[in-house]
Amino acid sequence: MTALADVAGDEAGGDSPPLLSVEHLTMRFGGLVAIDDLSFTAREREITAIIGPNGAGKTTVFNCLTGFYQPTAGRLTLHTASGPRYLERMEGFRIAQAGVARTFQNIRLFSGMSVLENLIAAQHNKLMRASVFSLAGLFNLGRYRRAEHEAMELARYWLDKVELLELADENAGNLPYGAQRRLEIARAMCIAPVQLCLDEPAAGLNPHESAELNELLMVIREQHNIGILLIEHDMSVVMGISDHIVVLDYGSKISDGTPEEVRNDPAVIRAYLGEDDDDDGLAAGGERQ
Amino acid sequence: MAVASLATEKSLDMAAVIKESAIAAAVAFALAIFMVGLETVPGGNGLTIVTRFGAVGFTVALVFVGRMGFALLRLGHPWPVLVGAGAVMGLLIALLLTDNTALLPFPSKTVNWMVVLFAAVIFIRAIWMVGRGGAVAEVDSDSVMDRIGASVQRSARWIAPFAIAFALLIPFMPFADRRFLDLAILVMTYVMLGWGLNIVVGLAGLLDLGYVAFYAVGAYSYALLALNFDFSFWLSLPLAGLLAATAGVTLGFPVLRLRGDYLAIVTLGFGEMVRIILINWYDFTGGPDGLSSVPRPTFFGFPFTRHPGEGVVSFNQLFDIPYSSLHRIIFLYYLILVLALITNAFTLRIRKLPLGRAWEALREDEIACRSLGINPTNTKLTAFGIGAMFAGFAGSFFATRQGFISPESFTFIESAIILSIVVLGGMGSQIGVVVAAILLIGTPEWFRDLAQFRMLAFGAGMVLIMIWRPRGLLAHREPTIRLKAAAVSKESEP
Repeated sequence: MTALADVAGDEAGGDSPPLLSVEHLTMRFGGLVAIDDLSFTAREREITAIIGPNGAGKTTVFNCLTGFYQPTAGRLTLHTASGPRYLERMEGFRIAQAGVARTFQNIRLFSGMSVLENLIAAQHNKLMRASVFSLAGLFNLGRYRRAEHEAMELARYWLDKVELLELADENAGNLPYGAQRRLEIARAMCIAPVQLCLDEPAAGLNPHESAELNELLMVIREQHNIGILLIEHDMSVVMGISDHIVVLDYGSKISDGTPEEVRNDPAVIRAYLGEDDDDDGLAAGGERQ
Repeated sequence: MAVASLATEKSLDMAAVIKESAIAAAVAFALAIFMVGLETVPGGNGLTIVTRFGAVGFTVALVFVGRMGFALLRLGHPWPVLVGAGAVMGLLIALLLTDNTALLPFPSKTVNWMVVLFAAVIFIRAIWMVGRGGAVAEVDSDSVMDRIGASVQRSARWIAPFAIAFALLIPFMPFADRRFLDLAILVMTYVMLGWGLNIVVGLAGLLDLGYVAFYAVGAYSYALLALNFDFSFWLSLPLAGLLAATAGVTLGFPVLRLRGDYLAIVTLGFGEMVRIILINWYDFTGGPDGLSSVPRPTFFGFPFTRHPGEGVVSFNQLFDIPYSSLHRIIFLYYLILVLALITNAFTLRIRKLPLGRAWEALREDEIACRSLGINPTNTKLTAFGIGAMFAGFAGSFFATRQGFISPESFTFIESAIILSIVVLGGMGSQIGVVVAAILLIGTPEWFRDLAQFRMLAFGAGMVLIMIWRPRGLLAHREPTIRLKAAAVSKESEP
């Protein structure tokens, strides 16, 4: 209950309505508790970062949110215009259809297909509806041609945003690393999500590319009114653009607040830098289990 | 000049070349001494053994010389290879053309021609190297074939009409006798099956080793519908496709979670299950006896018979031409050609539609598909279902052509051949399937005079292709949609 109270306390400070609320999320793999009673709220038009040392359970949170794992306990609510959707028992592809898009820590592009095809394939459901499950498309009816044209325009828009317009007809697998990262974000945006989940988007980028990524994420937030959930180790990205930071350690939330608050939180400093009382933190973690 | 001097330095190591060639010759000897050297011949008192040590000697010598040729080429020494391979080639061609069988190394003409072919390959590589001033060309061979593959795919637009026109004219060619047309029908059937399986394996990336099961379902569907309910071919054809598609979806459900090797094993089991059901359900399928007197095809109701029954107009009477037994064969040929072209047109179109793109996306990365809201269940099931549907169409064609079907025709080797066609042709490549079907189905016919070594030659050919082109003969993928092309067509449209 204290966790809930904490969340409520933080919410009082926020101004935009909540978009995604995570309540008492717990994920166990056999005896291992990967996430322990985690609660936080991500808001519309806010960039929420989840940080923490290696193995803190950040990616597990994403996998629960996007349906790759079924959480052991807890409630995950996506507040959409048509009412709340409960994600914890939905299949992965339905969660994506509901408006949660994600990227992966180790990039997962359709590497044998062209850059443009990656973005068109992401608009699958829209095009399937327009083509009446491909039947109208078989006979090349105008209805499908219009939908394909629109899909193409959306793809072109995002290619322009991530500066890949010139490489649109290249094989996605042949792109340089940074371009593949940007393409994965563009592909996620092509499903027109309300919540974008990015798993270490700045991993492997040089400082210049990280700065560009920051700008891109700000643009997405400002112009598309969506929430961004971010797992990141690169503190220049996290501190530079986040509105709200959640810090995890050993599967539990140890801090939650604005970048300024988190930066000065002794618990965070302890988890990252490991002061003398590191053992106490471990013991506390053990007690919580 | 630098290259030449480098080559001379390398040439000093003749001992290593001879050693390498000797090892290859020893391996050839070990293989050939039993397979080539000894032959069992039915004699008066059971089998007697005939020795052919001359052929073994020639084999070992040819392997020794050939390996030496490759080694010298690798070390940048084209001239002796050029002369040697040219001499062997010229001598053999001269002997073959003058029909001087006594001096030829092997009794079979086909084998001698294959030796000429290998000599020619080495000869051409030597010429290539001379042309490049001794540079080693081995590294490039793959990219050269890639470029050929790419240009073939791009020029498909121009090649395709000619290929179709040629296919349409085949029955009127002077060489098109009964035997040739039968072979053409067989090749076309495998082209259609290859195109059907290409949807499942090439596009959706689901390795299916039991594809022949759907072929069997189609064949038995037509045979049973026609024999029990007197359904015509044209009514049975869509029903057979539908039933095969149902079988495909039925197989699809239990294997949804499987991938790669595991999927392959389950589909293999499914193929065997269907065959065993066909053997054991005697009352329904006729068991191992099969179903005979399956109705022959009619020209939309006009039969191809010399003596039609009372009140029935036969095909030759309809067009007022003399009866020929070839009419039915030619009709069958056109029937399978049209069915195959429909399969091809469907696949080419579906690749550009959301469903086809979802199949390809699924092949590339299933997890990414799920994260984009693509329903993997539906996508897999449609691939299985549609792939199976085309096998069902081909199956009912097979039943009407043969007039007799039995479980014997639907063994695992059929699935393996169809899969080989898809893989050898280059996964997902439509033209590759045609080339591979002609090679795999056509050449074993050409190797007929090798008798029991026919399948050995077939296997060796497949191994060679896979060494030379591990991704298939024409593995090159063109994007289904282009930003640049779209911009151009948009300008020209309104």
